[in-house]
Amino acid sequence: MSGILNSSIGRKFAMALSALFLMVFILQHFAINILSVFSPDTFNEASHFMGTFWAVQFILQPVLIFGVIFHFVMGFVLEIQNNRARQVSYAKSNGAANSSWMSRNMIWSGGFILVFIVIHMIDFWVHEMNVKYVAGDMSGLINPADPTSGFRYYEELVVKFVPIWRVALYCVGFIFLALHLLHGFGSAFQSIGANNKYTKALKGVSNVYSIGIPAGFIFIALYHHFAH
Amino acid sequence: MNLTLKIWRQKSAKDKGKIVDYTMSDVSPDMSFLEMLDVLNQELIDKGEEPIAFDHDCREGICGMCSMFVNGQAHGPDRAITVCQLHMRSFKDGDTIYIEPWRAKAFPVIKDLIVDRSSFDRIQHAGGFISVNTSGNTQDANAIPINKHDADAAFDAATCIGCGACVASCKNSSAMLFVSAKVSQFALLPQGQVEATDRVMNMVKQMDAEGFGNCTNTGACEVECPKGISLENIARMNREYLKASFKG
Repeated sequence: MSGILNSSIGRKFAMALSALFLMVFILQHFAINILSVFSPDTFNEASHFMGTFWAVQFILQPVLIFGVIFHFVMGFVLEIQNNRARQVSYAKSNGAANSSWMSRNMIWSGGFILVFIVIHMIDFWVHEMNVKYVAGDMSGLINPADPTSGFRYYEELVVKFVPIWRVALYCVGFIFLALHLLHGFGSAFQSIGANNKYTKALKGVSNVYSIGIPAGFIFIALYHHFAH
Repeated sequence: MNLTLKIWRQKSAKDKGKIVDYTMSDVSPDMSFLEMLDVLNQELIDKGEEPIAFDHDCREGICGMCSMFVNGQAHGPDRAITVCQLHMRSFKDGDTIYIEPWRAKAFPVIKDLIVDRSSFDRIQHAGGFISVNTSGNTQDANAIPINKHDADAAFDAATCIGCGACVASCKNSSAMLFVSAKVSQFALLPQGQVEATDRVMNMVKQMDAEGFGNCTNTGACEVECPKGISLENIARMNREYLKASFKG
């Protein structure tokens, strides 16, 4: 297994594994976020558990951060290598005749998703780290001195989605996520060597996931903006 | 038909090269694309100019020699054909047609539309073969039972003519479809099992060394391949490679 990342297939395999891991994470993220629409209390409970349970915080969170960084760094590395593989461009190239726009522009959709992730981290994660590990408040309460004040997570979420510019930004981010997934979902399975009798069925699952999950996130952002 | 041709002219590998415009009149729609270029070349020779260099051999779609990027597509606009099988009836009177060589770092231009595809040969030499004792006591092929589905899939993979349209079409100049066809045709058969590990490792290693790009599964190669080689072969090669990697 040594040096697998030195080969083109090995790099693609690693890229696909990180993608599959991130897709599982997005599904889990969505499952918790959608609770905020149906039951603020359950959303608060789930958020507090995720934010304070040691295995999530100190095992899954670092793995996730590594997965995200690995995926975009490898994505850029592969893109640079691919550009080097054709030093003179075609005067006329008709890519639309043989491949989807999404498949030819993964670096752009991925790049915009990266920008979105940075903004998203500043919006929620940095604040979360400050409260818990800098200020040392692990209570999760709106007012740490008042145990009856209730959890702060739902309130913070609602406040974030008040400005329309942030809602719009999130919607655009999720549209890019949908475009990225529409090619990436099936591409990841192809890269790990899974192209078989289930591939057609997988295409259906891919479309449901790739459009459904980002649409769900967009719904959550719009819901909190207009409902409060 | 009257046509405007924009053709890549490059004197040698070292020359920078450029697109040169040519006009052609009275082109018969029944001509093949290469016949049209033959006529143009004859006109250039008659004028004392250098004819356009392009690769061709069998002119019936089986040798893999012809290699032109026509109007932004490998082997032109039609499906499952080579340039020699492309006919002028695929174009309209007054059309402008771009004709360029395959573009890839691993396929350097030799002259005009001719590229050096010896990188494919080197990949083949690295592992695209089986070692069979042919000293006169060769086993009867029918003595080895082979599943019909596998035999068909191996045969489909073996129809690859090594033209390089997959590389030319791929936005990454990846050679995965070609290499996967050459890996698959043996991986699917019992005769290919003996050297399966070395074959895929060595061929992929050589492919990477030649400077081809990485596959991002756009599927352009499969669409433009004159023989319709399937992306399933790339998935199979990925499986073969991972299996071989674990074996060490």
